Amino acid sequence: MTQAPSRLETADDLTTEPVPPTGRRLRRVRQTPRSTLTRGAGLSLGIAMIWFSLLVLLPLAAIVAKAAEGGWSNYLHVIQDDQTWAAVTLTVSQAALVTVLNVVVGTVIAWVLVRDHFPGKALLDVIIDVPFALPTIVAGLVLLSLYGPKSPVGVHWAFTPNAVFLAFAFVTLPFVVRTVQPVLEELDADVEEAAASLGAARLTILRRILLPSLVPAIAAGAALSFARAISEYGALVLLSGNKPYETEVVSVRVLSFIENGSTASAAAVASLMLFVALVVIVGLDLVQRGVAGRG
Amino acid sequence: MKLIKIATVLVAGALALTACGSNDGGSASAASTVRVNGFSILEQANKTVFDDFKKTDAGKGVTFQTSYGASGDQSRGVESGNKADLVHYSLESDVTRLVKANLVDQNWKSATPTNGVLTSSVVVFVVRKGNPKNIKTWDDLVKPGVQVITPNPGSSGSARWNILAAWAHITGNGGTEAQAKDFVTKLFGNTIALPGSGREATTAFTDGSGDVLLSYENEAILAKQSGADVDYIVPDDTLKIENPGAVTKNAPKAAKDFLAYQVSKEGQAAYAKSGFRPVVDGVDVGDVEGANDPSNPFPAPAKLFTIQDTFGGWGVAADKYFGDGTEGKPLGLITAIQQATGKGVDQ
Repeated sequence: MTQAPSRLETADDLTTEPVPPTGRRLRRVRQTPRSTLTRGAGLSLGIAMIWFSLLVLLPLAAIVAKAAEGGWSNYLHVIQDDQTWAAVTLTVSQAALVTVLNVVVGTVIAWVLVRDHFPGKALLDVIIDVPFALPTIVAGLVLLSLYGPKSPVGVHWAFTPNAVFLAFAFVTLPFVVRTVQPVLEELDADVEEAAASLGAARLTILRRILLPSLVPAIAAGAALSFARAISEYGALVLLSGNKPYETEVVSVRVLSFIENGSTASAAAVASLMLFVALVVIVGLDLVQRGVAGRG
Repeated sequence: MKLIKIATVLVAGALALTACGSNDGGSASAASTVRVNGFSILEQANKTVFDDFKKTDAGKGVTFQTSYGASGDQSRGVESGNKADLVHYSLESDVTRLVKANLVDQNWKSATPTNGVLTSSVVVFVVRKGNPKNIKTWDDLVKPGVQVITPNPGSSGSARWNILAAWAHITGNGGTEAQAKDFVTKLFGNTIALPGSGREATTAFTDGSGDVLLSYENEAILAKQSGADVDYIVPDDTLKIENPGAVTKNAPKAAKDFLAYQVSKEGQAAYAKSGFRPVVDGVDVGDVEGANDPSNPFPAPAKLFTIQDTFGGWGVAADKYFGDGTEGKPLGLITAIQQATGKGVDQ
């Protein structure tokens, strides 16, 4: 409620004083009580940046610095290693598959939760978040008892690459659902009805009316889901079998390097995954902006 | 509103700072507190040992702060600043890491009459109830169609005992290194899963996967104690597992007293109840529930290899067999075999 006016006032402030260095503005603010909002904004920006740097930027920089410690030749040697490459390929390809699945299934689930009414809907809405809350090693145990050799449903996927897919799918399910759901709730069904009454086919409504609004949310959910998947460890260590070249994922490979005291090699693999994550997140962000811009 | 928000942030910050301060001041009573840092399997066993120690004169009023986890992780934690008075790990290399970091005295082995070893076990085969595949010897593990599970020797240091036991079965009985390579290659060929740790491997096995689980005797006994429907076989020739421990520099006297208690007959008897083989003679182990024969829980194998005699100690073995081939380390013999079997190439 208070956000909109405050943003306006900040903008106003910026126009009267085009390049306000934070420090000076703070000092100036002390004399004029009217600008307490600006002071707050400056402080929150400062806190945000410090917090962000401490929690995110510093560790990321440390990983890159650590990877550099081993020297360029060691870096290349680790990255070009067949076993590392197999682990990266497996992890990235399964994460990509799971993300595609989540984009479709997650959107459908969100649609059902928002637009349809059925008994048990509220319960389903709550249960969606369980994969978030469950410790991933517990998820691994559950998945092993469901899809292992004693599978009650007759699916024997333990110790195969499918197990990696399953574990990823389990832990990433909520992301797309939870990003799409609020957007869908805001969408006015009247617009669709209007389009329909003007003779638009259902597919056209989906393509021209619904998707443009949903794609940014879907892309954001997909980015989260992909990033979460490539970092997963707990849910799949039990289920995948960790066999080199077959079911060994990147996080297990990194652990092997750490166990041998090769921290620079571990950081090298980690930096590669950071790069992959960055490419995918930026890519999906561009999709998001592109669509938003068109809208 | 904004002012309230700012005030809240400032108060929270101040609270965080005071919290840091009080943490630092809290170590005043450390004299009678022993911080034990150990590998995960010890957690259950140590509870009894702590209780028994507190009943002795030296242990009166001593309290314990414990931290358990994967041996390597625990050791790396202490190396990078996690405070500990007594460390107890699965592998010697995890203690020597702390010697290099100047946290443990380099003569730590002479602190106990057991050369630094606090607990011991042997590598065994865990099989399905009644041993339907009739697994008795190491050679039975490489027969076609036998499915083996063993924790991942790459990511779990403790799992390396198992693979070296297989290696020792060849080289310790007069075989050549080439024959050992051949044997371990076949073993990896029959391996269906390499879970992250010993406990995870046990979970995967008791959940129904595989015919044989390579494990430690104490882990097998513990699994049977907690009701798992399995049997275990102590092969005729196997590797002795030795878990070292030491006090750190500046450890309180209570920590040294506890270390002495751990290797005493009473301490070893308490560990034996959890399935560990005594490291000193003359321990009255009594009945050990979960053992194949509770009244004779630790039958001596015909041949018992040691890491020192068969492999020249962990200092040599770690890189020679398990090196990852980066940062100047060689590609370990066993790492190479794992890569080759993974690619489907026979060596």
